[in-house]
Amino acid sequence: MHPSYEMLRPGKKFPHVWCPGCGHGIVQGAIIRAVQKLGWSRDEMVMVSGIGCSSRMPVYVDFNSLHTAHGRALAFATGVKLHNPKLHVIVITGDGDALAIGGNHFIHACRRNADLTVILMNNNIYGMTGGQYSPTTPIGKRASTAPYGTAERDFDPCALAKAAGAAFTARGVAYNALELEKLIETALTRKGFSLVEAISPCPTLYGRLNKEGNAVKMLQWQKANTINIKAAEKLPVEQTAGKIITGIFHDQETVPYTEIYDRIIHKAQGK
Amino acid sequence: MNKDIRLLQGNEACALGAIYAGCDFFGGYPITPSTEIAEDMALMLPKKGGKFIQMEDEIAGIGTILGAAAAGAKAMTATSGPGFSLMMELLGYGCMAEIPCVIVNVQRGGPSTGLPTKGAQADMMQARWGTHGDHPTIALCPSSVEESFKLTVKAFNLAEKFRMPVILLLDEFIGHMREKMEVPAPGQLAVYTHPQPTVSPAEYTHYGDGSSVGGPYASMGSGYRFNITGLTHDPHGFPTGRADEIQWKMDRLKEKIEGHRPELLEVDQEFMDDAEIAVFAYGGAARSAQQAIREARAKGIKAGLVRPTTIWPFPDQALEEVLRRVKTMIVAEISQGQLLGEIQRLNQTHTRVVPVQRYDGEMLTPNEVLNAIAEVSK
Repeated sequence: MHPSYEMLRPGKKFPHVWCPGCGHGIVQGAIIRAVQKLGWSRDEMVMVSGIGCSSRMPVYVDFNSLHTAHGRALAFATGVKLHNPKLHVIVITGDGDALAIGGNHFIHACRRNADLTVILMNNNIYGMTGGQYSPTTPIGKRASTAPYGTAERDFDPCALAKAAGAAFTARGVAYNALELEKLIETALTRKGFSLVEAISPCPTLYGRLNKEGNAVKMLQWQKANTINIKAAEKLPVEQTAGKIITGIFHDQETVPYTEIYDRIIHKAQGK
Repeated sequence: MNKDIRLLQGNEACALGAIYAGCDFFGGYPITPSTEIAEDMALMLPKKGGKFIQMEDEIAGIGTILGAAAAGAKAMTATSGPGFSLMMELLGYGCMAEIPCVIVNVQRGGPSTGLPTKGAQADMMQARWGTHGDHPTIALCPSSVEESFKLTVKAFNLAEKFRMPVILLLDEFIGHMREKMEVPAPGQLAVYTHPQPTVSPAEYTHYGDGSSVGGPYASMGSGYRFNITGLTHDPHGFPTGRADEIQWKMDRLKEKIEGHRPELLEVDQEFMDDAEIAVFAYGGAARSAQQAIREARAKGIKAGLVRPTTIWPFPDQALEEVLRRVKTMIVAEISQGQLLGEIQRLNQTHTRVVPVQRYDGEMLTPNEVLNAIAEVSK
């Protein structure tokens, strides 16, 4: 039996909705293995998501699961964690969900530093709605609502999160599932708001619209164009331009919001 | 024991009522004229180990209370018209996912930013029809400071029992009015908390034991793993596209209100035994109507007051009965006719219906209602 099996909801909700070649299943596997490595039980896990392809994950993983409205996962997750800080709360979100409609919640969740781990599955496109451009579609790339290429510049989610106050930021790619698993495991153990951006290929829409080939070709492109931050730091700028930099960008020990709030309770109670 | 008698605003009484009902989580975004509720909750909740959080906007405010409630909190938010509009999508989510919570809307003049510091009763239809899709709502409307307290407790009880968001439709007049009230002693008012399941986790179905009202349901982290979604779902909470399961879900939402109207509805009637003229009013407007009727009675006019404290579901049966009985019904409201429309819908006997409306930010006065009573009594 596959080791991930015990954490899934087989028989109930499979086959999943993700397209052939989608990277989201690889990210899901990395999350499950990270939780298994930490030895956390399913009962203490809560998976909260918004709307979109990535956000369907809570149905497949046998945790306490909360599939919310578009962009609002972080608001719900903040309520879950603040009410019951013992729960491990993982937020599953996509580039559109987290950074467009949920952009306000995203920056404020980083600032507030609640003890949440966000897995932002970035496929640079709106998948579930049919291929419209997202806040991470690179300028000039095509989408169904950018038939001549998008005129908008894209966000760097890790830089945005760090600037807004996140305690931990990291990036991995679906091609390198083992690195991604390690990053997620590290993020889960960090106190405060942690973000792992998981670059996930969407051959069905992004790949097709931008002539990037099939799923295999997109993963091969990831392999050829990904550089770990430690290696990148030793390279001249011209060799890292246009590449995907992976690894941990920001890792600062912090006191999370939930712990600070406990101090407020003590103060209010005159202890 | 000494009685706890205080001089309070409606908003303060609402916050105290929430604490009395066992509220242990408040999330929201400040907006006039509801802010005293948030401020009081920020002060009181940590003292009892509860949590207060000021979110980045109203959408986040209702989102965070829905999350907290899913994790087992008795949760509440408070807002006014513009914020209430922003909450609509997640209000519908709370109804679909059957998450208990209380949403207070201290109504102010609109539309848009409108009259931030002046009152109105024009969010009544928004409370009923603001969200998308078919689903019933519960909205309670106090007419005094004391009633703000009591109906807040009732709102939590109904939320817990009916597994859904309950709206407390205050208005600025009541929210900012100061009155003397006796704060009930613990145990004096009933406080209902939904039961936890007793079946094994393997047997547990989050929506499935047929009891959408008063039945047990688990909190996240209690050992019963389940899925919550805003997608139409089966009894286990998993998304469904099957017609029979969609029908089951939609009927379940409808039936929890339609099947329990007598329990939900409260209509206060004053001087109605021999009344030929009924004045129908709620919230702030009912205070003026009450004064007008007392003065009319002093003049020998047979007028009475019909005052609902539950505005949704609408008290159809009680109103139909009144419409059959009286010669004239005066509908007094601080809006352009949201209440009037409901009365016209129910008026199958073609009783004379006369509106008294004010919507300039000022309180509808007793004299305005009295003049209307005097006019129709000629």
